[in-house]
Amino acid sequence: METKNSVKFKIENMDFHYGDFQALKNINLEIKENEITALIGPSGCGKSTFLRSLNRMNDLIENTKVDGSITLDGVDIYKDYDVIDLRLRVGMVFQKPNPFPMSIYDNIAYGPRLNGIRKKSVLDKIVEKSLRAAAIWDEVKDDLKKNALALSGGQQQRICIARTLAVEPEVILMDEPTSALDPIATLKIEDLINELKKDYTIVIVTHNMQQAGRISDKTAFFLMGELIEFSETDKLFSNPENKKTEDYITGRFG
Amino acid sequence: MERITKKVRLGSRLEKLVPGLLLAIASISILTSIGIVFTLVVDASHFFKEVPLSEIFSKELAPLRSKDPSFGFLPLIMGTLTTSVIAMLVAAPIGLMAAMYLSEFVKPKMRRILKPIIELLAGIPTIVYGFFAYNFVTPLLMKWIPDLGAKNVLSPGIVMGIMIIPIVTSLSEDAMSAVPKVIREGAYGLGSTRLETTVKVILPAAISGVIASFVLAISRAIGETMIVTIASGSSKQFTTSIIEPMQTMTAYIVEFTSGDAGSGTIGYYSLYAVGLLLFVFTLCMNLLAKYIIKKYRREY
Ligand SMILES: Nc1ncnc2c1ncn2[C@@H]1O[C@H](COP(=O)(O)OP(=O)(O)OP(=O)(O)O)[C@@H](O)[C@H]1O
Ligand SMILES: [Mg+2]
Repeated sequence: METKNSVKFKIENMDFHYGDFQALKNINLEIKENEITALIGPSGCGKSTFLRSLNRMNDLIENTKVDGSITLDGVDIYKDYDVIDLRLRVGMVFQKPNPFPMSIYDNIAYGPRLNGIRKKSVLDKIVEKSLRAAAIWDEVKDDLKKNALALSGGQQQRICIARTLAVEPEVILMDEPTSALDPIATLKIEDLINELKKDYTIVIVTHNMQQAGRISDKTAFFLMGELIEFSETDKLFSNPENKKTEDYITGRFG
Repeated sequence: MERITKKVRLGSRLEKLVPGLLLAIASISILTSIGIVFTLVVDASHFFKEVPLSEIFSKELAPLRSKDPSFGFLPLIMGTLTTSVIAMLVAAPIGLMAAMYLSEFVKPKMRRILKPIIELLAGIPTIVYGFFAYNFVTPLLMKWIPDLGAKNVLSPGIVMGIMIIPIVTSLSEDAMSAVPKVIREGAYGLGSTRLETTVKVILPAAISGVIASFVLAISRAIGETMIVTIASGSSKQFTTSIIEPMQTMTAYIVEFTSGDAGSGTIGYYSLYAVGLLLFVFTLCMNLLAKYIIKKYRREY
């Protein structure tokens, strides 16, 4: 069942170095619009490194080098993009919920305000819309002035998702967004991710293979900096082509 | 096996001794503080018995007038506040900008070189700052402000500000660097520039540390003695003009401990009253700092 969605990210012959250490080797991958792409693999295999290359978050780390090309809608993100513009189009949700130490409202309004939106009525609308889309509006609507750090971990993570949605990105990158959460909060976020798929392209790193199975359309298996296998999630889990993939998903590995 | 149990027993005996030892050491500093406050209060009480509050909070300070000396402390309070405010007007913006620069704009390697250099400012003896204010800054300022007195509060205020920059920078930088990396990445991930991240996210997140650094710097300015003794003069005239000389509380104490007031006279006891006032000022500052840190502290 090959999807007809258009290609969002196209990664070709990509290498990644931290100083002398090569963390990714010759990665070739296509990420399609309105799909959920899961990245799996043992710890240290380069999932986060790969994910963070897609919005150039690795630029913040000294001495890193990217070779090959990554294009977003056909435009090279390392050559022909302003990094700020890129990050506005490609949002990110982190492993540990990281709301800013300010009110819920200010957290969500942060991005829109950066982009020059000042009018209270407009901001109010964006805040409500984003919180609704992140399935947390009902829980916080009476308490928007409350400090976001006073919320539970699961709520904080949904605030972070809402904060990302508020700048209306096209792609959302998520690095183990539920690993710090309990099972119920995890299910809520998973439902939410499924919901978001309609409007966004999502790339998610997960250590939890059931989770990858539950939510993703495609899955990429990484091992020691290499992309071992990339295919439809159902296929990868039921009928992997590579022996290493099979070892990993059947738990005979890492 | 045997050796291990022996060691454990020895360790546990030592363990019992340690709290007592620590208590003794801690008591020394606590007792010293109590002793200082006690002397201040006792000796100051002689003063307060004889001089009415209405006089203390008046503008007329003439402690050496042989007939009917007057002990209005407002000129001293004014001197101390003015020099401290000028110092903070210099130190707060410069110190904070340096902290933002060091914490967010400089590579770690560069930071390790620059921070100690800034902290060096704090190690210069205050007498050197005093001469710097009197012999260099005041003449320099006279070029723009012809009416500036040879002794004035503007110049020592500025120099004192320079002296306390490292307090602001060092503590603010610590507070800003302590903001977790994930918060910083969250801001960059939303398309913030470096400056936006620093000003809109890191600074608010570190605000308790930043304010605490300000309060500590103010305390330091209030207590500073040598610079103002040298460069701001000993005028006891009440004025609000920063180009004129003023005496600060600390400089007043210096003047009178160096021999002008005979022991047991009311002038002598006035030192303790001023000292007590100074103590109350800095105590308030410290309590304020504690309160602010508690109120704005963020747990991550
Ligand atoms: N800042 C860094 N500097 C140097 N090496 C790094 C850095 N970050 C990661 N690495 C190395 O790059 C490799 C890939 O790391 P990465 O974080 O991408 O792995 P991961 O697949 O996300 O692992 P995990 O599942 O534990 O999060 C690891 O060997 C790691 O040690
Ligand atoms: Mg990772």
